[in-house]
Amino acid sequence: MDLMNTVLPYLLSGISVGGQYALIAIGYTMVYGILRLINFAHGDVFMVAGLIMVYLSASMPLYLAVPLMIALTVLLGFLIERAAYKPLRTAPRMSVMISAIGVSYLLQNLALYITGGLNKNYPTIPWISDPITVFGSPTKRVTLITPFLTVALVIVLVWLINHTRVGMAMRAVSRDFETAQLMGIRINNVISVTFVIGSFLAAVGSMLYFSNYPGVVPTSGGMPGLKAFVAAVFGGIGSIPGAVVGAFIIGICENIIKGLDIILQAVGVLKEPLELATFSDAFTFALLIIVLVFKPTGLFGEKTTDKV
Amino acid sequence: MITTRKKTNLISLLLVAAMLALVIVLDQVIQPTDSMSMLLKVLQKGSIYALAAVSMNLLNGFTGLFSLGHAGFMLIGAYTYAILTIPSEVRDVVYQYYDAAIRLSFPETLGNAMGPVGTLLGVVLAIVAAGLAATLVAWLIGLPVLRLKSDYLAIATLGFAEVVRAVFQWGKLGPVTNGSNPLKSFVRINSFQLKLGGTTISLTTFVPVLLATVCIALIVLLVNSTYGRSFKAIRDDEVAAEAMGINLARHKIMSFCISSFFAGVSGAGMAMVLGIAQASNFKSAMTYEILLMVVLGGIGSISGSCIGAMLFIAASEWWLRGLDSGNFLGINAPGIFRNGFRLVVFSVIIMIVVLFFRKGIMGDRELPDLFKKRARKEAAGK
Repeated sequence: MDLMNTVLPYLLSGISVGGQYALIAIGYTMVYGILRLINFAHGDVFMVAGLIMVYLSASMPLYLAVPLMIALTVLLGFLIERAAYKPLRTAPRMSVMISAIGVSYLLQNLALYITGGLNKNYPTIPWISDPITVFGSPTKRVTLITPFLTVALVIVLVWLINHTRVGMAMRAVSRDFETAQLMGIRINNVISVTFVIGSFLAAVGSMLYFSNYPGVVPTSGGMPGLKAFVAAVFGGIGSIPGAVVGAFIIGICENIIKGLDIILQAVGVLKEPLELATFSDAFTFALLIIVLVFKPTGLFGEKTTDKV
Repeated sequence: MITTRKKTNLISLLLVAAMLALVIVLDQVIQPTDSMSMLLKVLQKGSIYALAAVSMNLLNGFTGLFSLGHAGFMLIGAYTYAILTIPSEVRDVVYQYYDAAIRLSFPETLGNAMGPVGTLLGVVLAIVAAGLAATLVAWLIGLPVLRLKSDYLAIATLGFAEVVRAVFQWGKLGPVTNGSNPLKSFVRINSFQLKLGGTTISLTTFVPVLLATVCIALIVLLVNSTYGRSFKAIRDDEVAAEAMGINLARHKIMSFCISSFFAGVSGAGMAMVLGIAQASNFKSAMTYEILLMVVLGGIGSISGSCIGAMLFIAASEWWLRGLDSGNFLGINAPGIFRNGFRLVVFSVIIMIVVLFFRKGIMGDRELPDLFKKRARKEAAGK
């Protein structure tokens, strides 16, 4: 019971963070499925969503700020695709990836300029930021909501992909880009829709994520972005359920490692702390390398064959 | 044909020697208080970044392995160099919270035995050790990781760099790496001076430029060798290269290790220039910056990478400074030109290059190619 009390807070925040990573990871995995592009700028879109919320909430009530923030983030995602990726559609994949890195650099520098590099306090959203107690461990309500909201959004998304026209078009494009084009699918529209959905989920994710953290800085997007990408690879890139499962696994593992010193001491394995929390970020990437080496297509990934 | 090539080689050699001589002269002429002293700073930092960019180009541009682990290898190099050159009298001050485990300083030990030559030899040895440490790690990580294809390789190496950073910051390794505290007080570039009779010649800028020049020259020799041609063959078509009898796995790991060696050396150079080695400086943003330098100069061009790195450093540290301090090109607008605006303008320029001038400044040509073309045109004109 004592052990349970030690582990529970870490497990709870792990599930919560996992859900937030999942929302970002879907953006990565959908874009990769269609364009075969690691959208390095996605993590920064997530950060910009946080900043937009900070600035909007200062000048208008929350019930206006939240929808407007989501709309602006979606617009940003759409514009990035049109401006930075669309002109390179026939270029080698490496050029597009470099362009994505360039966009990420630009967004970070822009955020640095606008905020002056200062930590911007994220607004407190009533109800979801309220403190609650779960099995005796204090937390915020957002921790509990995140996994449910994530799963609900994913179910809607999967339904959208399997049962609507645009979903069918997306599946066709991700299967074979050129053939889909020949069948009269408007590739550019499908790609835009993908970016819109990805940015929408990133905006929702940022709201949940930053509610748990003190504030937003220009580099806030980097780490969550990379981890969400790892989650997408871990689950098998291109697969939405895979990304979600991967994100939850990574979120939970990462938070357990943050508390591993304390947990191991509670169990009695360790006498003194080993400072293992340093490795909570590194663990994600070690996991990535291991997964890539043993199962490069991830947990639920499709098999690809190379054509000469 | 052979004679023209020899001629080109001779000319390039003379030009490089002239450049090095010019750097020494500049070092003496320009005072630290001078407005032109930024030029020296740019040369110091730019030459190290040029080496880093060229070593990344060797891997990304010449072998076609898109790796983003450069910051990790540079970190290993910087730390190895720093640890091996901290003099014993200041070691306990640097490692204030830990009991230093490695109590060896190459320049000091050799300097005591052989005088100034020994000190210099010690520094060179420490730099080589920095490269070798990075190579060893690259070899270990390369065995599994190099089986991955393009973007998977990129993300795995990016992840590797993050793991390295975490390991170096781990408190339990404090006796070796000083935990998350910086390493300092080791041999820096401004420690180098030449005493000739009564006059002292400062070598502050010459040392990093020389280091970069020697290493880049070695990379040029490698690229022009049969190995270099094999690398290019792998880049252009793996399957065809294998069919022609090139051992893919061996050449890939060789390219990865050599690139990491020079990344390690550039890390050591970075530590020498900055006078500080701290793991938190070697973030993935650094890898991205080096990648952008390579792109700016042209992927697959060594002289392009050098030009790209110099322009990148000069623009971000010197020419665009005014954008941050309120006054640029005579326009005075403190409201817009405030802190950080420089980087915004700069990243917009880079995006324009990436989108509209995809080949960068040089494409895949080298500097001598430009003159050759002109000479041929002139000959045709006659």
